[in-house]
Formats: sequence, structure tokens, C-alpha cells
Amino acid sequence: MNIIVFALLALLAITAVAIARLRELWAAIMFTGIYSFLSASWMMILDAPDVAFTEAAVGAGISTVLMLSTMALTGQGEDIPRKSSWMPILIVVVTGATLVYGTLDMPALGAPDAPVQLYPSPSYVERSVEDMHGLPNVVTALLASYRGYDTLGETTVVLTAGIAVLLILRRDPKEASATEPSAGDEPA
Amino acid sequence: MSRFPIIRIITKLLIPYILLFALYVQFHGDYGPGGGFQAGVIFASALILYGLVFGLEAIQRVAPPRIIEKGMALGVLVYAGTGVLTMSLGGQFLDYSVLEHHVLTQWHVPSGQHLGIFLVELGVGITVASVMTMIFYAFAGRKHAHDT
Repeated sequence: MNIIVFALLALLAITAVAIARLRELWAAIMFTGIYSFLSASWMMILDAPDVAFTEAAVGAGISTVLMLSTMALTGQGEDIPRKSSWMPILIVVVTGATLVYGTLDMPALGAPDAPVQLYPSPSYVERSVEDMHGLPNVVTALLASYRGYDTLGETTVVLTAGIAVLLILRRDPKEASATEPSAGDEPA
Repeated sequence: MSRFPIIRIITKLLIPYILLFALYVQFHGDYGPGGGFQAGVIFASALILYGLVFGLEAIQRVAPPRIIEKGMALGVLVYAGTGVLTMSLGGQFLDYSVLEHHVLTQWHVPSGQHLGIFLVELGVGITVASVMTMIFYAFAGRKHAHDT
């Protein structure tokens, strides 16, 4: 088990460094897909299959395709920065050090007195099977029933995001034919 | 990409199983891992795979943008409609307990909380699948317009 954990974390770190060093966007996008897939495997080890599912489908699947489509619309390569790059690395190192410092206060994984086990209330897990007529998946029960308002809001956010993308990117068929040069199939 | 016979045939073999798995994740999400969001994304990824291999025109014949863009709103309507339904049955908004019934219990027809979760997850699935597909259409459509 430990070997798998260390191997996964090492691969995650290697992939992250590779993404940062690559200048060719196509390869970088492929590596982000690999990174998402490794994250999904890592979440499986942390006993979070619902999140792993989402990460594998969204991170490794859909977002890779969307980034490839974006690259097809823009360009293949990243400009090589001409200025010195000490400022970005300073920001990254400081942020990373802050995050690592933050993890020092975190409770051990799976500790029974961790805030996540005590708050809001462990009774959701105890009550869930009875309340839900025997549905065993507490995650679904929490998302869809106990926190039904939140999930309605999230669904609305997905709809809003989709509408925004369509408003920005979609071309009206009339507009598209007006901006394109005429093919010359009709007599002038 | 439809020139490559291996990609074409493997895609055709895989797509039914991806769709089936999406439906399994959707309707089995109450029992195992998964749910509406994951199922919607997997369903959309099957459509997008078909579009990548066989072209935008082919996928838009299977899933016309007119219908998909209405699906975006339909999912939220199903979700919110479940809430309105529970209100009209005398409960509070999204209080699934009032959906309790005793029809065909030996067939395990969902009832009460189970029925409510089933309906709202269906709404989430419809919206997510439609939005993902529509975003792909928006990107791929621009690329097409750019090329011609």
C-alpha cells in the first residue's frame, strides 16, 4: 500500500514539473490529462470513489478535449519568456511553503476527532439509511436530499456556465455566412 | 479522424458500453458511487468521442443542438419542478418525504426520499450532459467556421 502511495505521489510531482517545463502545448495538455488520471487514482486510495469518478471523467476526459479544441483555435506553442523568471518562482515557492505550513496543523488522515468527523454532525451517517429507506450511499443522500438546495444551486451554476460559453463562442448561422467570404456559387 | 479504421471500429465498439455505464452510474448512484453529475459527464464524453472521430455533422445528426440546448434548461426544470411538486403536495420545497406512496411495492418502485433523489439526480444528469455536449459543439463549431 505504501509503495503505491509513494509511487503515485512521485508520479504526480514528476508530471507537474514536466507540465511546467514543457513549451509545446499539445504535450502539456496530454500531461494534464495524465495528472488528472493520477489524481483520480490517488482519490481512490483516499476512499473517495465519487470524487475519483468526477476527476477521471471531467479532468482526464472532457477538459482535455476542450483544451485541445481551444489549442486548435489558437496556437500550438507557448512564447518563450524573455524577462527573467525569478518573480514567478518566488511567488510559487512562497505559496507552496504557506500551503505546506498549513498542512502541519491538519489532523491525521481518518482521525476520529478530526473536525470533518465531528462537524456538522455525525448523525447524518447514522440516520441516513433509515431516512432514505435503505439507500446505502451517504454521499448521494447528503448531496441530493439533506443538501438539496445546494445541489440545485450547483446545477444552476452549470447551466449558467453553459449559457455563458454559448453566448461568447457560438456563431449565429446567419452571422457566420455573412462574415465568411462568399463561395461564389451564386451569380453576382 | 474517420480515415483510420482501427479508431473508427474501436470507437463504435466502445460507445454503447460508455453510454450503458453512464446510465448505470445515473440510476445506480443511490446504491454505489456516482450520481447525476458523473453520469452526465460520462454520457457527454461518449457523444464527444463520436463527434471527435466521425465529425461534427455526424454527432449533430444524432444529438441535434436544438434539442441539447433545451436539455440544458430541462434538467434544472426537472430539479426545481421536483421541489415545486413537493410543495404542491403539502410539504416544503424539496422535502421528498411527501412523495411517499405504496404503488407496486413488490417491484421496488422508488418512493419517498428515494423517488426524490432519483428525480433530482435525473435533472442534474440531463443538465450536465447537455451543457458538456453544447460546450463541445461551441468549440468545434468555431473551429469548423475558422477552417472554411
